[in-house]
Amino acid sequence: MTSPLASLPFSEPFADDVVCDQRFIEVSNFNFFYGKKQVLFDINLTIPARQVTAFIGPSGCGKSTLLRNLNRMNELLPGVSHSGTIAIHGISIFDPSIEVIALRRRIGMVFQKSNPFPKSIFENVVFPLRIMGKQSRSFLEETVERSLRAVALWDEVKDRLKESALGLSGGQMQRLCIARAIANQPEVLLMDEPCSALDPIATAKIEELIVELKKEFTIIIVTHSMQQASRISDLTAFFYLGKLIEFDQTQRIFTAPIQKKTEDYITGRFG
Amino acid sequence: MSFLSRQSNYWKRIDYFHLFCWGASIATVLLFALIICEIISKAAPAIQEFGWHFLTGSEWRPNRDIYGVFPMIIGTAASSFIALFLALPLGVSVSLFLSENFLPATPRHFFRMMIEMLAATPSVVYGLWGIFTVVPLVHHYGNMIARHSHSLPFLKGPAYGNSLLTASLVLSLMILPTIASLSRSALEAVPQSLREGAYALGATRWETILHVRIPYAAPGIIAAAILALGRAMGETMAVAMLIGNSQCFTLSLFSPSNTLSALLANQFAEADGLQISALMYVALILVILTLGTNFLGEIIRRHMQKITAEGH
Repeated sequence: MTSPLASLPFSEPFADDVVCDQRFIEVSNFNFFYGKKQVLFDINLTIPARQVTAFIGPSGCGKSTLLRNLNRMNELLPGVSHSGTIAIHGISIFDPSIEVIALRRRIGMVFQKSNPFPKSIFENVVFPLRIMGKQSRSFLEETVERSLRAVALWDEVKDRLKESALGLSGGQMQRLCIARAIANQPEVLLMDEPCSALDPIATAKIEELIVELKKEFTIIIVTHSMQQASRISDLTAFFYLGKLIEFDQTQRIFTAPIQKKTEDYITGRFG
Repeated sequence: MSFLSRQSNYWKRIDYFHLFCWGASIATVLLFALIICEIISKAAPAIQEFGWHFLTGSEWRPNRDIYGVFPMIIGTAASSFIALFLALPLGVSVSLFLSENFLPATPRHFFRMMIEMLAATPSVVYGLWGIFTVVPLVHHYGNMIARHSHSLPFLKGPAYGNSLLTASLVLSLMILPTIASLSRSALEAVPQSLREGAYALGATRWETILHVRIPYAAPGIIAAAILALGRAMGETMAVAMLIGNSQCFTLSLFSPSNTLSALLANQFAEADGLQISALMYVALILVILTLGTNFLGEIIRRHMQKITAEGH
């Protein structure tokens, strides 16, 4: 069964389509519930392609929950429900004809704590290709080199691709997880506080990488660090208690926020 | 000062407790050593008399004082490996079923409890059930199968109800809970982050199980299998009731056979003289076999863990 996503413009080049570029991901009137508890309230948000969008806000504000809805990861939890829509390229990701597996193959995700599989470095990167049944040795090798180069890990590990990924340093593991997430060339890269477990040097490397990767991917990053958001993102969304308070150019959010709450948060008065 | 003295009293109490724990641990080890010594000393006449030929001899004739346990060693190995072969895929499947969310939590716990109840059922009950249910089945279908495959030595007839296959079938049910519950712990120990990682890359539930959960849990599953094997090798009552207790060497699944433990259980009451010594020798072999199995299992588990960690 082929995915409807594959046959629609979603997976095709869309460089000329400026309108589509600007309205790449559209979240409309989105509410989300864990059981009876509502954690997201009427979220409306339009995310452009190939930019870095940062979700910021205090713990429990719903930023990670929204992120995990973009690739429907929340469906793995029991008792969740939602209303409203999220559309990518104008196609609702909740449409019954959309296969969640196909959706997740088009949207890479990087987690807070790096989660390499207990396999070799090589096998970690090619995992998404293996599960798609791609066998060709040369194709797999090309993908590994391209993905590892993209995360600036190739020179560090090219001589030990057969060794366990668990022998890498924390920063290397996280870059490996990014390489794995982009191996299948998704269009969107979701990052859930990817640097929160890393030291400042490893964090700087990942940040550099994110700026580099946005040439190819639409990146949405959840971060606790406002400095990080201001350094790397083009747009920033500020969430508070499950509501989207303000969404604008990062520069504007950090210099002249409209909402009082946003200002209080970015100046460190709460959070 | 009173504060200090109270402090020292406190430590004194802890000392007694430590002493008690040390004593208990040492007593356990000593007891085991004593049992082994006792077995070896009682077995000594038979060891002197038969030496290694005891292991290779295939005749067991108490009335002429000829003792060899080769058929029983083969019977023990065959029955426990067949049982493991049958129970492993079943047990791992059960553990997967119980560790995924195919069922809501409450019925899942119910299933889990029922499977663990299998382990709590007394061996003699399995034996009884085997006699009245499995023996007639093996007798009936065994003869049918044997008739159509008389050229194969493993399926040679005539099929007796009390046979190697009957014992193996019941054994497999008996070791199923060991495999299922130990594999389940191993599978549940797979970090949620790895499962999420696989799902986020577009893996299906099946692919996540096959490529992430089972490889990660493999050392635990192997340990479960080896422990179950050890249990099958040592199992006595049900096997003694079902295997037919024939001291003749046979390859056929449908023929009566014997295991070391069943031999012990059957002959101890009427044994005297060299026969007691020979049975002690059998007990020694059984202990070495089961200890060896557990030891081997531990080595394989550690080795596998290293491999998983290194990712070759």
